[in-house]
Amino acid sequence: MERSVTQALDVRNVHASRGSVEVLRGVTIDVAPGEVCALMGTSGAGKTTMLRAIAALGPFDSGSITVDGFALAPGPVPPESRLRVLRRSVGMVFQAQSLFEHLTVMDNVTLALVHALGWTRERAESEALALLTTLGVAHRAGAYPRQLSGGEAQRVAIARALAPDPTLLLLDEPTSALDPARRNSLGEVLRTLAAEGHALLISTHDVDFAEAFADRVAVLAKGVVVEEGSPREVLSESTHADTRALLRSPGAEPPA
Amino acid sequence: MEADPANPSRVRGFDVEIARMIGRALDRKPVFVQVAWSSIEASVERGDFSIGMSGVEDRPELRERHAVTIPYFEFREVLAVRRADSVRYRTLRDLAGRPVATLGGTGAYQMLLGTQGRGAPIAVSYDDDVHPYSDLVAGRVDAVLLDNIIADRSLRRTGGFYIQPVPVATGHYVGVLAHADTALRDSVNVILRARMRDGSLEKTFRAWHVWDDSQARYFSRVLADTSARSTVSTAQNVKSIGAYLPALIRAGAITLLLSCLAMALAVAVGIAVAAGRVYGPTLVRAPLAVYVELIRGTPVLLQLFVLYYGLSSVVRLPAFLAAVLGLGLNYAAYESEIYRAALQAIPGSQLEAGRTLGLSEAQILRLVRGPQALRLALAPMTNDFVALLKDSSLVSVITVVELTKQTAIYATNIGSWVVPGLLCAAIYLAMSLPLSRLARRLERRWSAA
Repeated sequence: MERSVTQALDVRNVHASRGSVEVLRGVTIDVAPGEVCALMGTSGAGKTTMLRAIAALGPFDSGSITVDGFALAPGPVPPESRLRVLRRSVGMVFQAQSLFEHLTVMDNVTLALVHALGWTRERAESEALALLTTLGVAHRAGAYPRQLSGGEAQRVAIARALAPDPTLLLLDEPTSALDPARRNSLGEVLRTLAAEGHALLISTHDVDFAEAFADRVAVLAKGVVVEEGSPREVLSESTHADTRALLRSPGAEPPA
Repeated sequence: MEADPANPSRVRGFDVEIARMIGRALDRKPVFVQVAWSSIEASVERGDFSIGMSGVEDRPELRERHAVTIPYFEFREVLAVRRADSVRYRTLRDLAGRPVATLGGTGAYQMLLGTQGRGAPIAVSYDDDVHPYSDLVAGRVDAVLLDNIIADRSLRRTGGFYIQPVPVATGHYVGVLAHADTALRDSVNVILRARMRDGSLEKTFRAWHVWDDSQARYFSRVLADTSARSTVSTAQNVKSIGAYLPALIRAGAITLLLSCLAMALAVAVGIAVAAGRVYGPTLVRAPLAVYVELIRGTPVLLQLFVLYYGLSSVVRLPAFLAAVLGLGLNYAAYESEIYRAALQAIPGSQLEAGRTLGLSEAQILRLVRGPQALRLALAPMTNDFVALLKDSSLVSVITVVELTKQTAIYATNIGSWVVPGLLCAAIYLAMSLPLSRLARRLERRWSAA
């Protein structure tokens, strides 16, 4: 799959507040096509706020966010009619998956293709089936979300987000509901997607997962990126106090 | 009958007293319904009231179209002329080519029309019974042909004219009932005969100064007619099922049709109102909130009255349409609250997932939020539809004969509520139970999904 050589995501000095609290105080990150970037930090560090701003689900106050050449302006979230280009470039996998409960797996995946992109149902279904097959959940195509296991739901959510073929895929805490075996299998799926040319930004506090599958790690603390580099540099050799705190946090085991 | 001058909300007259007598004998309190005299026959057939008896004249067409009681009063069509003409104009023949006033639609009017041609008077039709006499006195017409009751009353009221003693014709006042209402008619006939026999009718007519020898002769003729009438037995009561069941099933179909149409309207308007209140700007939300509170805060009966009678000067809605609109718009307010709550119960993350997929807000409402909200709304909607099915009986107040009304007619006719009540309940259940079952099946299917 051909990708432009420019950054898929370019975040420059972004500030964002929730209520009176400034959650992001000048975040700068970029992700290139084919790259898996882990945005790490303890709970409340601002990872989700950052992802929501990139996906144009939440506002940011200043700075710039550019996705695949499309620049998002600071301020309130623009109406959907002005976000058409961005919506095609960014896919998002929510922490709670948020699959459409009233639709089958197949219909969850084809919904955007048929209604946002205007594909025929046959074309959408064959594309969806290919995606579900890649993700190993094709046999669940006729099931409803509540009949799926956590791992299956995660994969369906990824298939749904990938169906319109976005340049950038955002994943919010994708491993939170997975056991270690499924975590590894998810990581392999994500590597495959990167190999196909997608840019992936993953918010996580799962140190093992980041170390095993990310190309690059950015540590978010107190609203800024305090450390950035390869997983090895950041997670094994860091002396930064915030990174050490992250490594000590519950559920995070220091890498050997 | 006429409005009581001392209290216009009451009606008075010998018709009223006879109606009370009949009511007492049937053990029912008569409710007096005012309609235009000329529409009494149409209204009784529509079911606006059970019996019309306000100077309704017996005639063959009336007996063809409606159930008609035995005459309770014999009147004379009399000719009123100016005093100065009392000798000149004694009969209709004397009035050849002269204008003669009467009330439109009466037997007298028919009589005048029937004599049209050479040597016949010119019929002048009026809509009320006061102006013919005032115009007679004023000289606009040369005679008035109306019944002796009206003529005598006008003579007392306005005076200035002379009533020819020899009647032009005789006629009879009867009670008129809907064509199918023969059983009630028969009951009324038994009561009228009994009151003629025991002198109560005579007493009433005397009190109203309308009793005379011809009336006495008429009564004895009626009482001599010994056509016997059997009382209603239980066997006939049960046999009546065959006769009334088709009418009940038809009325049930009306109830079902009315409920389905009203519910369809309620769902459509309810969805629009809910969407407006959830998505609309304040300018849209505020009037919708007022609509919902206004409808929920006032009785549906009042709303039906306003729609059917209150608006009749602006737009005269047919009764069935008014019923659909009244029930539909009433239930729309309740439906909109169900849908609003259901829409708001859909998690924001579902909407955000739709947005990140590139769906427009309208598509998200149609494809994601709406269908999920509908599943939440299904159970309360089913409740409402069953409630609507039963509330539809209220529309009988605006003359729609639906299942409950038809049952009441049936029960009145056979003088018992047991069989009609059971049949009516069975038909209501036959409509509501499958509905509840369907809703439960849908719910099960959706919750299994």
